[in-house]
Amino acid sequence: MHEQDTEGVKIGLEVHCQLTSLATKLFCSSPSDYRGKPPNTNICPVCIGTPGSLPVLNRKAVTHAAMIALALNFKIPERMLFFRKNYFYPDMAKNFQITQYDRAGGVPFATDGHITLDSGKRIRIGRMQLEEDPAKLSYDGTIESSTQTFVDYNRAGITLVEIVTDPDFESPREAREFLNKLSSILEHLSVSDLNLEGSVRCDANISMAGGRRVEVKNISSFKEVERALNFEITRQRSLTSKGIKVMQETRHWDEIRRITISLRLKEEEQDYRYFPEADLVPVTLTKQFVQDVKKGMPEMPEERAKRFQKDYHLSGETAQILVREKALADFFEEAAKHSKDARQLGSWLAVDLQAYLNEYGKSLEELKLTPKHFAEMANMVSSGEVSRGAAKTAFVEMLKTGRMPRSISEEKGLKVISDTGFVESLIDKIFSENPQAVQDALKDPKAVNFLLGQIMRATKGRVDPAVANRLVRERLAAAKGSK
Amino acid sequence: MAKQRILELPVWEAADKIRGQEITSEEYVAATLKRIREVEPDVHAYITLIEEPALTQAQAIDKKIRRGGDLGRLAGLPVAIKDNICVRGFTTTCASKMLENFVTPYDATVVERILGEDGVIIGKTNLDEFAMGTSTEYSYFGPTKNPWDTSKVPGGSSGGSAAAVSALEAAFALGSDTGGSVRSPASFCCIVGLKPTYGAVSRYGLVSYANSLEQIGPFARDVRSCALLTSVIAGYDARDSTSSDKFPADLVLKRSLPKLTIGVPREFFEEGVQEGVSKTVRDAISRLEKAGVKLSFEEISLPMLKYALPAYYIIAMSEASSNLARYDGIRYGYRVPDRTLDWGTVFSKDRGVGFGAEVRRRIMLGTYALSAGYFDQYYLKAQKIRTLLRREFDGAFKRFDLLLAPSMPILPFGLGEKMEDPLQLYMCDIETVPANLTGIPSLSVPCGVSEGLPVGMQLMAPPFREDLLFQAGRLVEDLLPVDRSAGEFTHA
Repeated sequence: MHEQDTEGVKIGLEVHCQLTSLATKLFCSSPSDYRGKPPNTNICPVCIGTPGSLPVLNRKAVTHAAMIALALNFKIPERMLFFRKNYFYPDMAKNFQITQYDRAGGVPFATDGHITLDSGKRIRIGRMQLEEDPAKLSYDGTIESSTQTFVDYNRAGITLVEIVTDPDFESPREAREFLNKLSSILEHLSVSDLNLEGSVRCDANISMAGGRRVEVKNISSFKEVERALNFEITRQRSLTSKGIKVMQETRHWDEIRRITISLRLKEEEQDYRYFPEADLVPVTLTKQFVQDVKKGMPEMPEERAKRFQKDYHLSGETAQILVREKALADFFEEAAKHSKDARQLGSWLAVDLQAYLNEYGKSLEELKLTPKHFAEMANMVSSGEVSRGAAKTAFVEMLKTGRMPRSISEEKGLKVISDTGFVESLIDKIFSENPQAVQDALKDPKAVNFLLGQIMRATKGRVDPAVANRLVRERLAAAKGSK
Repeated sequence: MAKQRILELPVWEAADKIRGQEITSEEYVAATLKRIREVEPDVHAYITLIEEPALTQAQAIDKKIRRGGDLGRLAGLPVAIKDNICVRGFTTTCASKMLENFVTPYDATVVERILGEDGVIIGKTNLDEFAMGTSTEYSYFGPTKNPWDTSKVPGGSSGGSAAAVSALEAAFALGSDTGGSVRSPASFCCIVGLKPTYGAVSRYGLVSYANSLEQIGPFARDVRSCALLTSVIAGYDARDSTSSDKFPADLVLKRSLPKLTIGVPREFFEEGVQEGVSKTVRDAISRLEKAGVKLSFEEISLPMLKYALPAYYIIAMSEASSNLARYDGIRYGYRVPDRTLDWGTVFSKDRGVGFGAEVRRRIMLGTYALSAGYFDQYYLKAQKIRTLLRREFDGAFKRFDLLLAPSMPILPFGLGEKMEDPLQLYMCDIETVPANLTGIPSLSVPCGVSEGLPVGMQLMAPPFREDLLFQAGRLVEDLLPVDRSAGEFTHA
């Protein structure tokens, strides 16, 4: 993705994330796992709002939300209560959503959180709320052409957390980093599987110097957010450069065409008539409760990165890359059990592997490799069996075929050559083919590198560099002496 | 015993006779069904009758008694259920065109408990549409008439349930009380009705009108039977998070009473209260005093009471506007036949046609009260009044065991008399809404007759002290008996 000028850009994010590891929905006992079920089979009187039914709060959802709040450095108010957000739309069986509110006597689930970016910059997260997911609407073809709307309530009532940041981002890249950190935190908490279709949705507000605020709605994955924002910056900049003012509006991100499309220009703010949900009694979240949740929390990515640096002697940068995804960090730790050189291992996973995955658009999971593959790779290099350069060939082959690296190295003859007899004869050959270079090297020690390069080239980097260096220098010294 | 006469037995006594196999549940239920056929053309208490299943259930209960099995506390006696409470497999219409054909897929918790104690569900009773009214005239299925005098309204909104019990068309009944909807018809139909403490009875399966105010409550012809049904339906229910475990598990009515001090707030006898009503209630008080029983009375003042009615209507209508939003005709309920319309038009038309005028009025007023710019001025202010009122009642209950008021400010009025004047109808709730706003329990007991029409006395107690209400209520009914044979259909 090309870099662009982000002068004067202000971005805020609103993330909706399903708590997919809960067994049941937020206010009833219908299962949380609605995916792949025939429409309207994962429902009960409560989640389809049957007259006379009443919501009952899922206590486990409160615990999970509290874990997220603590991991994102939020304050958790003592009193938790719900509000109704009233609006008529077919995705809401009750025609109101049970959510939380920060005015009219309401309080969000948590307030004043933040995530710190690697640069040290703090992104403030104003509030976090617990609420129910609406039903899913679908159409015959497109919204515009369909003569019918289909409603599937299987998803209705699934637990959502809504996380709203302040407009603290100054570039799409910062937004991406934030979302990477957020998703790693959620993964480490094991509260949400972000790989499940529809488990996460994001809205982004973006404005540029001199322009009005544009909201891009319903971006369906964290990866798409940066793309959508980059597109918006280009679009808004090109408008401005033509002297057209950017209007306040709501736009939709079209993932396939990779453009944003205008949904509506700023209209009067909708009045949701928020008021307290009297069917759910306020819950007191005691200090004891918060402490207990804290005690039960697993290790978070930041702590884990610090531990990696300390226990495995990784660089800060490598450690950060490894903890960006829980799966990768787990993979690293498993591989480290089989490796004598965790630093070497870390660099294969954090640098070489990432470059490959980015280039081919793949995930570690798809490669079907075991931690042992990478441990063996690292061990071969750190024991001097294969040079770092030659190992690269085996590495790519391993990623492509899934074969163990040692067998690739053996088959391809990648093993380091430290047989001095062989190297001596090779030096004979290269010295005789390059008399001028030998003369240069005699005069200028820096010119030795050319001769070493020739040796490496002739053996595809397999010669032990220390051995080659020693022998070339000996030969040059001898030549000098005989002169 | 003559078949119809068994219906005149105090219900707790009938229960003993069924238990002792002097009469059968089938006989009692059959007699009730016969009675229903006779009086329904004049009274119209029921929307749906559940005849065959009721008889089958009664036979099964009799069989169990003969086998010597454990008999539940309701002993095969017929119970009528207000048609905004769900009974599985039958319609729950809420007396609305909107839900005319809505068959409920589950039982309300109270219905489960009644069935669990061998009560027999005999039918679903008439009400003001969605329980919004004080006369049972705002029903899509037509009004219920007062069995005491069929030219009068039975009160409301649970008028069908009260009329059924009063006219011997059921042993007991359930109503719901949001702002007086049990106590009003209990008073007008000359029977006993309780609005329990908020949280004492599960609301699971009650179609919400104003969910922070309402409770399901029992009707019976005597206090002891009312207490019996209360003890069956009350108690914690995990499906209603506002339900409480504070209601005593066994409600024992002690014979020997402690002396009870009763506060009589004068505001309950002032504005809008008919002379005949206040005189009858005051006479009742002095007769109780003279009877030398363990009751003492003292007049007091609760100044916040004058704000209770507007606060109640703002909160009730606000909640209603949201609770009734789900009736859009999409999943159930009335749907305009035209299938080519877009969603917005469909739900507007469904709601415009499916709801009656009073329901539409309350939804619109409630929507207004919750709207941006009016919310603070109406809804929030009403909530503040509610808090202040609760504080005032808390204070009063530090000095008194009970508070006393008329149940209704006026005598049963003529059918159609106030239909066109909603404000006058709203005024009828002036005595009853304080108990809903404060969540306290309140019992209406007949205490006399004025101009040939029944007058009810309302007793209010601190939260979860229904036992005090029943104890005092029994004194009232013992010392001030009302002759039910004076009514048109209130005796066999």
